[in-house]
Amino acid sequence: MYTRTGRMVLALVATMVLGIWSMPLHAEVSTSGKLSSKSTADHSKFKQLQGPFDSGPAVTKACLSCHTEAAKQVMKTKHWTWESKQSDTGQMLGKKHVVNSFCGTPKSNWEACTACHVGYGWEDNSFDFNKQENVDCLTCHDQSEQYEKAVGGAGHPKGYEAPKQKKYLDDHAKSPRQAVDLVDAAQSVGLPTRRNCGSCHFVGGGDDGVKHGDMDTSLVEPDEFLDIHMDVNGNNFSCTACHRTHGHKIPGSRYKPTAKDTQGIEAPSDATSRASCESCHGTEVKGHSAKLNQHVDKIACQTCHIPIIARGGVKTKTVWDWSTAGNMDKNGKPITERNEDGDVTYSAKKGHFEWEEELLPEYRWFDGQVKYTLFGEKIDDSKPVPINGIQGSYEDGKSRIWPFKIMKGKQVYDPINKHLLVMHTYGDDDTAFWKNFDWKKSLEAGAKEPGAPAFSGQHAFVSTEMYWPITHMVASADDALTCKDCHAENGRLAELTDFYLPGRDKMAVLDGIGWFAVIMTSLGVTGHGSLRIYWHYRRRREEKANSNGEES
Amino acid sequence: MERHMVYSLFERLWHWTQAFLVITLLITGFEIHGMYDNLGYAIATDLHGDLAWALIGLWILAIFWHFTTGEWKHYIPTTKKLLDVMMYYGGGIFEGKDHPYKKDIHAKHNPLQRLAYLGLKLGISPVIWISGLLYMFYNDWQALGLEGMLTLEYVALAHTAAAFAMLVFLIGHVYMAFTCRPVYAHLKAMITGYDDH
Repeated sequence: MYTRTGRMVLALVATMVLGIWSMPLHAEVSTSGKLSSKSTADHSKFKQLQGPFDSGPAVTKACLSCHTEAAKQVMKTKHWTWESKQSDTGQMLGKKHVVNSFCGTPKSNWEACTACHVGYGWEDNSFDFNKQENVDCLTCHDQSEQYEKAVGGAGHPKGYEAPKQKKYLDDHAKSPRQAVDLVDAAQSVGLPTRRNCGSCHFVGGGDDGVKHGDMDTSLVEPDEFLDIHMDVNGNNFSCTACHRTHGHKIPGSRYKPTAKDTQGIEAPSDATSRASCESCHGTEVKGHSAKLNQHVDKIACQTCHIPIIARGGVKTKTVWDWSTAGNMDKNGKPITERNEDGDVTYSAKKGHFEWEEELLPEYRWFDGQVKYTLFGEKIDDSKPVPINGIQGSYEDGKSRIWPFKIMKGKQVYDPINKHLLVMHTYGDDDTAFWKNFDWKKSLEAGAKEPGAPAFSGQHAFVSTEMYWPITHMVASADDALTCKDCHAENGRLAELTDFYLPGRDKMAVLDGIGWFAVIMTSLGVTGHGSLRIYWHYRRRREEKANSNGEES
Repeated sequence: MERHMVYSLFERLWHWTQAFLVITLLITGFEIHGMYDNLGYAIATDLHGDLAWALIGLWILAIFWHFTTGEWKHYIPTTKKLLDVMMYYGGGIFEGKDHPYKKDIHAKHNPLQRLAYLGLKLGISPVIWISGLLYMFYNDWQALGLEGMLTLEYVALAHTAAAFAMLVFLIGHVYMAFTCRPVYAHLKAMITGYDDH
């Protein structure tokens, strides 16, 4: 796992270097959405930040000595709680509760997954969510670009893990681990850049681009083609340009996206901000014809303006089949297979993968509601289980057509109890699947987690689908879809057949009758005309013959 | 030979503008319907909408003109001589016989024309108007209280059916315009306004 983090950092650095290389020479180079500092405070001059710091929490205490409310604000957010109660479905979502089609769940695997928790030390269910110094300020605000949290470190800065985790990580590292420089990080703080957000959101699922399909390290330094808004030579928007944050509360969530924003342009007086296209562009876009603007009633902006998924040169995972995990070679060693590009296509720990780049989105009606298949919920194992069933239809008047990456998988479930199971995968213990490759032990350990459903002792694998709404990597108008991409037979919307789409749909019988009538009419007039010409000349001939006869 | 002004200036302008609009609407409409690629879907769609508004405007003017001038009376259907006219097109025309109907400024359309034009004005056109406007204002159905009463599919089918009927009418009409002696006489009358009979 450590090597994955290493690769991620390498990718980040590589894109940064390449990004700077390809840019024209500016006096001030602003990268990854970093705002050229207009701050009234130079944090490197603060007494509290001179260090040395012996841990992440020590840095946070220093931050809180001035920013007294910051931790309290963060603690109210999903970044901290990993919980999100949905008012309309009643479901409790958030990473703490949901299942995903990748590593499955953080449950029973906390110390690995909480590398992306905005906190320090969540290694098991005893984590104290009320301790302010456990909030990790640096992961979002560090601008030294060397701050890092290792997978397996329970969210602590690299090199500052708790003794148990530190020893395990040090023992298993391929090369000596270098601890991060906390003083450098603390003194560098600034507003979050794409690199900060991307340190988790670009690499979710374990590696670059794995999860989303519209977010990966290519967005650290994107060009105009990849994203018209984040283009380093253009707008150079940071994530928070759209996800405008108030008191650490960040709008825009996959748990309940705004599928149709009818409020239009955001006013400074608006109570909350909306990370929607409409909040800047309004509901009527300049440059659109009237008819094109009317499309926003039924079509999300993303549907036309994000023509292709994973179009920054980084692949995304499209299939994860857990059912084949566990294969060993002749020597009893776990098998790993790669394709010609070097992507892992099989790993004994995880099963089979498929990767794709520049893939077409799939299109679905979406009203913004997502109904998760949570642990313990009865599933129908005769068809693919919707891990996060997206709701909406053509008829309901509130849905729009959205682009999705649909992640397909085979995930472990209990064929007796008919529910998904908690897999205990990561850990330095006898039951972790990634250590001992024993499903029974892993699932028994998983079932002991709070909130985990019962395990009958039997396991099987069920097909699953997870829906990832696509909203980043926005193309310019020139690269957006054209009418004929949908208004044609076998176009992009060929699968959405519950409504009439001009140019795609026609009633064959009506067209048949219509063209038959047109052809018969044409034949009729041609025949009539020909007869007229024939009789005309025949009469002329007869008249001529008659007059000749009279003469002779 | 007597010269009568049969088609007034407005009537001629109306006729030819309508001819242009109907033909371009058919061309753009069948492109939107997916029959062929010509102007491109976006241009065809926008043009179709603009031309439709022009045609609607023209029709409003024409309706006003018909009622204020009393010209609508030319379209009152009659069976008188209808059979004769039909017999003529079915037989007499080939033998070079004279048309059984004599046009005059008080009754410029023969019984068959009256039926055909009345069918166009009361049959095909209203279907095109209504279905076309419903199509155009699809996004406002909810506000207009039409949601649930009809589907876009039925509207589209009605519009397509009417378009086919219009195309059939157009073919027949253009042909019939050349069934006179000399063959260009009707065309000339519709350009100059004078009928040489």
